[in-house]
Amino acid sequence: MPARPATSQPAPQGGAAPRPGSAPAAGNSQRMDVRLENVTKSYGPVTAVDDLSLVIESGEFFSLLGSSGCGKTTTLSMVGGFQEPTSGHIYLGGTDVSRLPPYKRDVNTVFQSYALFPHLTVAENVAFGLKRKKVPKSEIESRVAEMMRLVDLKGFENRKPALLSGGQQQRVALARALVNRPKLLLLDEPLGALDLKLRKQMQIELKRIQVEVGITFLYVTHDQEEAIVMSDRLAVMSKGKIEQVGPPSEVYDRPATEFVAGFLGASNMMWGEVSGQAGDYVAVKLDGGAVLQVPAAAAEGHGTRLRLGVRPEKISVLPVSEPAREGWNTLEGTVTLSVYTGIGHQYTIRDAAGHEFAAYVQNSEAARGPDRGEAVRIAWRPEHTFVVAPEQG
Amino acid sequence: MSDPVSVRRLGRGAAPYLLSLPSWAYLAAFFIIPLVSMLSMSLAKGNPLVGYAFAWNFAEFGKAVTQYNTQLIRSFWYGALSTFITLVITYPVAYWIAFYGGKHKGTFLFLILLPFFVSFVIRTLAWQFILSDQGLLLGTLKALHLLPKTTYVLSTPAAVVGGLVYNSVAYYILPLYVALEKVDRRVVRAAGDLYASPSATFWKVILPLSAPGIFAGFLLVFVTNVGDFVNAAVLGGPGTRMIGNIIQYNFFDAQNYPMAAALSSILMFLLILAIYLYARVFGAEQIQEYAA
Ligand SMILES: Nc1ncnc2c1ncn2[C@@H]1O[C@H](COP(=O)(O)OP(=O)(O)O)[C@@H](O)[C@H]1O
Ligand SMILES: [Mg+2]
Repeated sequence: MPARPATSQPAPQGGAAPRPGSAPAAGNSQRMDVRLENVTKSYGPVTAVDDLSLVIESGEFFSLLGSSGCGKTTTLSMVGGFQEPTSGHIYLGGTDVSRLPPYKRDVNTVFQSYALFPHLTVAENVAFGLKRKKVPKSEIESRVAEMMRLVDLKGFENRKPALLSGGQQQRVALARALVNRPKLLLLDEPLGALDLKLRKQMQIELKRIQVEVGITFLYVTHDQEEAIVMSDRLAVMSKGKIEQVGPPSEVYDRPATEFVAGFLGASNMMWGEVSGQAGDYVAVKLDGGAVLQVPAAAAEGHGTRLRLGVRPEKISVLPVSEPAREGWNTLEGTVTLSVYTGIGHQYTIRDAAGHEFAAYVQNSEAARGPDRGEAVRIAWRPEHTFVVAPEQG
Repeated sequence: MSDPVSVRRLGRGAAPYLLSLPSWAYLAAFFIIPLVSMLSMSLAKGNPLVGYAFAWNFAEFGKAVTQYNTQLIRSFWYGALSTFITLVITYPVAYWIAFYGGKHKGTFLFLILLPFFVSFVIRTLAWQFILSDQGLLLGTLKALHLLPKTTYVLSTPAAVVGGLVYNSVAYYILPLYVALEKVDRRVVRAAGDLYASPSATFWKVILPLSAPGIFAGFLLVFVTNVGDFVNAAVLGGPGTRMIGNIIQYNFFDAQNYPMAAALSSILMFLLILAIYLYARVFGAEQIQEYAA
């Protein structure tokens, strides 16, 4: 990505200078839009958000992904101003907003429940924020009309929310927030109440709208697929902490922790000991005895005892009659389970050491796959092996 | 054809009507029959000695309006004023309990309703005792020379309206509380998110969403207060007589039943008109919509 010229940045304000050591590493060439610094939120003995630091860049579609109760809503509420952090700071466009009430922040929210005003029409709902900001009437009208077009709700202006479908209400909630042209839009599981088909449709729609308006989206979801499909970058959260931040492909291909490897997609995890190095690869002797090649860059910094992983769809299931593939990591085993999934097969294969592997194979090959009980070879490219920080405890 | 299946179907279709029969019977016995008899009595002719007979006699209506228009107007004025004052007093209390009552909402409501477990008449008489010229309040203040000896409160409009307000508190606070309790807190939060200050949130969101409670309370309190006679009788004087007192006088003392019935009919008609106007101005359709 080309670096923007530093001169185009607004002069940093007094209180906004990053404190040494506390600012997370970020692309400093980008204008910072949202910055959370060591933010903690406790409810009595419960720590909902634990010393969380995060930078979201301007115009990004950023997702917070994590299972229920990991602190996503709490994080979003603090950015929106509905909750005050117990400690730490939140900056929007360089200004410390940690203690500002919601109505004084340039942020709008799309709530999971939509929270539309039941006594107002669709158009009045959308105009609500502009009226509070005392925008001239003619401008309100044109901006509301523009929004109705953007979310494809023309002709519904005078309806009450109760007379709309779930998907339409969702779009009113989106329009009502976007019409204010906030610096940042917060979305808390906005598609959670929709059925699967509508959800898929709205994912694409939301992404289209985000690209069109260019506003930063901070999106909360527990649905890993949704986060992968929509986000420019995502953060995987667990127990109030961020496990990993990065573009979806990077987080998926190179999960940093065992939690991420298991939460974002499925992973086959193994323990092994570094036994040697050759060029860009280190040799790792698995606890089961087999030796794998692992990218040296991936193993770096993890010591000699490694927690390794490989994604099920990266694994090829080959007949033992075929010669082993040159340079691939190869293990021998027996198929213990074969499940037909429509687009392919899902195999469970037990290796000689009794370790079980999952493998997803698409039905693109003409030959039919192995049966249960058949001896097979499983193989994957060494670069598809990743190394994670092992789960604590 | 009356095969068993279709007979059963008929039975099932008729079930809701059969089940509602007791309600219809109740309505007929205690609402429609008294209403018809009141209306027919208002058109009757005669005197207390010989009795009254139905006669299409509309004269009582004319007399009622010319003789008692002062009391009619006064009743509506006192009724409207006391309803409005009650609303202004109870709304903040109901609001506070609904939004900030926390775990003790029930306790607060109970404490507010507690005085109303005492009989209506006793409570009103207690006010007479408190407000009388040498009573608990004025007597003490006069003894301390904080008020001139000639000050009085009883038999003034303020005493009557005050009594009406006091006696209405329970009837207004309950519907207001229920309506405010029902206001979706997430919607209130959304208003804050959309740059509404706390006061804008109140005027633009909370107040309109609590309209059903305001209307329900208005119905209960206004209708009761316009027709009330106890407060005027106990706390008021000759200058504060309300239409309820006149009806009571005509019915029990003068035994002029046609006049009492005509006045009641006029009162009923005017009340329906007032409620209709309220609903027109504030939008009954909206009121029902939120209530649903
Ligand atoms: N108002 C609150 N009072 C007490 N505990 C809370 C409150 N809100 C959230 N929590 C707790 O904080 C943790 C994180 O909650 P939340 O942010 O809602 O998670 P998520 O949105 O990821 O599901 C949970 O353990 C939850 O029980
Ligand atoms: Mg949540």
